[in-house]
Amino acid sequence: MAANIIELEGAERRYGERDALYGISFAVSEGETLAVLGANGAGKTTLLRMLCGLLRPHAGRVEVLGHKLPREAWAIRGKVGLLGHTPMLYSSLTVRENLQHQARLNRVTSERVDQLIDSVGIADRADEPVRNLSRGTVQRASAARALLCDPPLLLLDEPYANLDPGGSALLEPLLNAGRTRVITGHDPRALLATADSAIGLRSAQSSFVAPADEVSEEMIEALYR
Amino acid sequence: MIGQAITLLRKDLLLEFRDRESVPAMALLAAATLVVFHFALGQRSISGELASGALWVTLLFASMLGISRLFVAEQEDGGFDAVLLAPVERTAILLAKATALLIFLIIVELIAVPMFGVLLLGVPLGPAIPSLIGVLLLADICIAIVGALVSALAIQTRIRELLVPILALPLLLPVLIAGSRASGQIFQPGGPAAVAGRWPLMLALYGVVFGLLAFALYDYLLDD
Repeated sequence: MAANIIELEGAERRYGERDALYGISFAVSEGETLAVLGANGAGKTTLLRMLCGLLRPHAGRVEVLGHKLPREAWAIRGKVGLLGHTPMLYSSLTVRENLQHQARLNRVTSERVDQLIDSVGIADRADEPVRNLSRGTVQRASAARALLCDPPLLLLDEPYANLDPGGSALLEPLLNAGRTRVITGHDPRALLATADSAIGLRSAQSSFVAPADEVSEEMIEALYR
Repeated sequence: MIGQAITLLRKDLLLEFRDRESVPAMALLAAATLVVFHFALGQRSISGELASGALWVTLLFASMLGISRLFVAEQEDGGFDAVLLAPVERTAILLAKATALLIFLIIVELIAVPMFGVLLLGVPLGPAIPSLIGVLLLADICIAIVGALVSALAIQTRIRELLVPILALPLLLPVLIAGSRASGQIFQPGGPAAVAGRWPLMLALYGVVFGLLAFALYDYLLDD
């Protein structure tokens, strides 16, 4: 049996007095994809930011890559790729400058930067400032940034937002490649088709945790009602 | 850590070179403040501690702008999340931010100090320059350390523009006092070429204390 890459038990996170996540428990094994389903504001992004150590859990047990968060958050730095709502790229720098900056911080070679720029299909735009690029191109650049240190765990927050079908088809194999993934999005059926298991979030709480093929239409509809 | 700090500093300087958001604003504010002093004091020229006070208030106001903008690019573009996710020591971020602010301050002073000499100072600036450079450099290091500390704290809040002066001005009061006392001696008519040791020593001590404090606190400041 594959080792658990993520383990959550009763995890909680608050923003002031408001619960953003409450009593969340699930586990993700190595190589698995977990789909996180839920309406806007259900806590999907908070969950992803907590899993990569950007937000600290306020209660419960959170273990990622065998390290307890937040105490050992330093140990997972450089091992978790996050593709979020913001591109995490400096808009005044070019794509190449951004990726090279990140490569130096992550001790990755500049050959890897060139290889990723080619892989995401933006070689012809790589030397333009990010602010001049379309949202789809920025999303591709952001995917390259998330993949830079070849992370064993990928956290994908609506990874195909802003992408045309060609872009989605190009990124899908790159973002999969046998990695452990936690993925959110607003097309539950498409997400479930690529996932091994799923968690449904509703009003900061877990509505269900189930294998992807056992998630019914009723369970999905209840999340968005 | 030094290598990471250099990487972060290079990025900060490149962003400033491209966007020109901090240094020109700081220089303009310094110039405007000196002009205001020129007319408000109603004297053809000033010297001694009055001149010194005018210079330090000007530099302190200009530094507030630099401090409040120190983390803005990180926040606006979300690029800082990527830095926090990388295996980067938080003290490397402190070192890079403090050095970037130090460089900005030096550039602003290259413009503001000669302007101060022309607009306000009643004694020749030339003989004072070597001692003044020493005092300015010591004070700049103190401002840069406190600035990096306060800026990291303020960026987490929605009232950044308000919080920076509220926190930084009281914290930098000892720097203002020591800096203006030290350079007050330099700006006396026929004043000494060198300044009394206790004020530069106070600046150095302040820098060491806040440097250690920043070193100890930065991990927690950048943490959620």
